[in-house]
Amino acid sequence: MDRIPILKMGDFLLVTIQVDLYDQLAENLETDLVNSVKKFDSKGVLIDISSVAIIDSFMGRILGNIGVMSKIMGAEAVIVGMQPAVAITLVELGLTLTGITTALNVEKGMELLRSKMGLGYGQNNYHDNNTE
Amino acid sequence: MQNNTITVLKDKKEQVLDLWIEMQTSEDSYFNAEDQNADSQELVDAFLNALDADTLENKDAIGFDRAKEVLMGISVSRAKQGFSPRETGIYLFSFKEAILKTLYDNVKDPVALHSDSLKISRILDNMAILTFEGFIKGREELISRQTDEITEISTPVIRVWDGIVALPIIGTLDSSRTQVVMESLLQQIVETGSTIAILDISGVPAVDTLVAQHLIKTVSATRLLGAECIISGIRPEIAQIVVHLGIDLSNIITKSTLASALQTAFAMLQIQVSNKR
Repeated sequence: MDRIPILKMGDFLLVTIQVDLYDQLAENLETDLVNSVKKFDSKGVLIDISSVAIIDSFMGRILGNIGVMSKIMGAEAVIVGMQPAVAITLVELGLTLTGITTALNVEKGMELLRSKMGLGYGQNNYHDNNTE
Repeated sequence: MQNNTITVLKDKKEQVLDLWIEMQTSEDSYFNAEDQNADSQELVDAFLNALDADTLENKDAIGFDRAKEVLMGISVSRAKQGFSPRETGIYLFSFKEAILKTLYDNVKDPVALHSDSLKISRILDNMAILTFEGFIKGREELISRQTDEITEISTPVIRVWDGIVALPIIGTLDSSRTQVVMESLLQQIVETGSTIAILDISGVPAVDTLVAQHLIKTVSATRLLGAECIISGIRPEIAQIVVHLGIDLSNIITKSTLASALQTAFAMLQIQVSNKR
């Protein structure tokens, strides 16, 4: 059965989705991810969807679920690199993914996660500049 | 008898043309004489060449296609040049008048005159309808081209600072326009890697629930990408309307001017701009 690799990077988990998601794959990812959060006691999850061209309502819901599940397990989830067309589709579907944070790219997503770890609970989903 | 009518018209081609141009000249709308005369000449030629015993009986005869084509061309170009419908209408109706007058002067048999006049009237009236279709077609082409141009030039995304883009919206926001605005804004955010987008609506004349819905959609889409969106340029009357309509903008950062939106953006990015001293 196909699985999406989940990489551990220190306190964070890194998931890069390089293939088009189909339902079973997304459900597996959801299960694997919460298990990994438990296993590594991670503080943050970063999901890169920059090469995903299609997200339907089911996938949107899975992504939202992952965000909420991670949060109640004490890990912050950040989705990075969403394509403009995907964002427009999600908004048209009425899925604004209010529960999860987003960032433009992996770099900014990492920065965001680090700043959230440092600050406790961040309120905003824009990144804070650490180089002050 | 019919042959008589047709021969008369073909013989008196010059007279018809002169009479027609004379009628056009007496109208106020007459200008650019050379172009107009050339058009008239072409139409008279095409019409009279097509006219024979068979085509006279049938207003939809294939023979008139050339004349119709010429007329369509004239109508479309007139619409684009800004002639009024009345002027274009009079243009063709005076042609009919010129022909009927020529017939009246030259055909002596009252019965033939009457029946042939009716037939010619029918043909020309049919062509008059075509004139209006052509005229409206010309107008519509003009309007759709202008609409395209406006949509294209009206969504410039400006990079105001490192990591801040602004998009001033001027004119009414409808669904198709929102789509263009959203697409170009999101595209620019990704290309420039900007974390803050400012949507300035000071040039939007009115905000209703639909426009607000469009704005909220744009903001949501921006957030999905991982950027924050600030709406600026909320005029007092717009603020009043938004509240009266019960639109909830509390999840969106809104500012009255672009300057204050920029300040907020600076604060978010922890950028300090100060006087040089």
